[in-house]
Amino acid sequence: MAKEIERAGITIVQMANLVPVAKTTGANRIVPTISIPYPLGDPKTPEDEQWKVRYTRVGAALDALETDIEDQTVFKVG
Amino acid sequence: MDKKAIVYINQFFGQVGGEEAADHPPEIKEGAVGAAQALAAEFAGDITHTVICGDNFMSSNQEEATARILEMLEDIDFDIFFAGPAFQAGRYGNACGAIGKAVKEEFAVPVISSMNEENPGGEMFKKDIYIFPGGRSGAKMREDAKKMAEFGNEILTSEGPFPADEYGFYKRGIRHQYFRPDEKTAAERALDMLLKKMKGEEYTSELPIPEVDRVDIAPAIEDLSQVKVALVSSGGIVPVGNPDRIQSASATRWGKYNIAGMDRLENRASEGFKTIHAGFDPAAADEDPNRVVPVDALRKFEEEGRIGKLHDEFYVTVGTGTTVGEAARMGQEIAEDLKDAGVQAVILTST
Repeated sequence: MAKEIERAGITIVQMANLVPVAKTTGANRIVPTISIPYPLGDPKTPEDEQWKVRYTRVGAALDALETDIEDQTVFKVG
Repeated sequence: MDKKAIVYINQFFGQVGGEEAADHPPEIKEGAVGAAQALAAEFAGDITHTVICGDNFMSSNQEEATARILEMLEDIDFDIFFAGPAFQAGRYGNACGAIGKAVKEEFAVPVISSMNEENPGGEMFKKDIYIFPGGRSGAKMREDAKKMAEFGNEILTSEGPFPADEYGFYKRGIRHQYFRPDEKTAAERALDMLLKKMKGEEYTSELPIPEVDRVDIAPAIEDLSQVKVALVSSGGIVPVGNPDRIQSASATRWGKYNIAGMDRLENRASEGFKTIHAGFDPAAADEDPNRVVPVDALRKFEEEGRIGKLHDEFYVTVGTGTTVGEAARMGQEIAEDLKDAGVQAVILTST
């Protein structure tokens, strides 16, 4: 899906827990998330911690959209 | 046959539990437990142990899970390692591949698995371990396990080589030196091929070039504060009631839902949004859908001027068991819609 949206010329970043899968399916900009059932906020942690995780990782995804890359890139968070 | 095997299976096939047990840490049991019995039925040696690990535990803590399992195996004597079959289960395929690769590297034993051709784990690990094409679901357990076990018997008792074409596992792209039964040299075969080519006849290359479909990298956005950003997700977040009836697995439909004026996605209990994705425990996503589709965070960035605007609709489908072909079609349709709406940048969240 990411690939087809990018093919249409729209800049896209995929946020994924299974980074190797995202790489295989052809996403070019990838930002890791923390898990599969709760990619952006662990319910076992306090609300403010979850918000921090979400805000930081979505922020990293926005940075990735503004970053020129030559090859498929997995962006580091924080 | 006096050979010992160890089997890796997930929490479901190890009879620990379903999604609620997907965080189950790795453990090792004696004998063939759960689905490992399907392998035991066909394997001519002895399955001495079964390793069971939750799919989420493996995907979220891959390094730790792998290290723990390797440690468990350290003092055990075994000749072969089976992982799966994993069918079309993406997380399970990834787990089988990752642990299989690690076991092969650490203990230098053959590792055999089975995955459906739509399972991304196959593409990822077919170069590292033997992976047989398998069915879509556990209904094919006996068949898929039989293929794995029979090849295990073969590999432990004969010398090889074991060409992929003959045995049927996914091509690993490894070349072996051996004497061909027909003793035709490369020069003769090349001439045969050349003659066929000149006559316009069919011939089979001995060095096929794998096709890789990559898309050109879209240019970086210069200034997101001037741009409309959209959220897309394969996490199955839909309005409670699922108005477009998107399937919980093997989806062929996608939906777009209006979020204009919403600071965040309200949860299931408030009759807001929930997930219909059948591939993971929905509790966390139902309790707070922003954990999957982060509307709240993007609203904050919109308010701060970091992005120009969050698009009024988010797009969603379900990414479990969904074929590559369907995913590509839905991706194209969503892309059209995004372009019509003037969206220049997308954050896609996947589960």
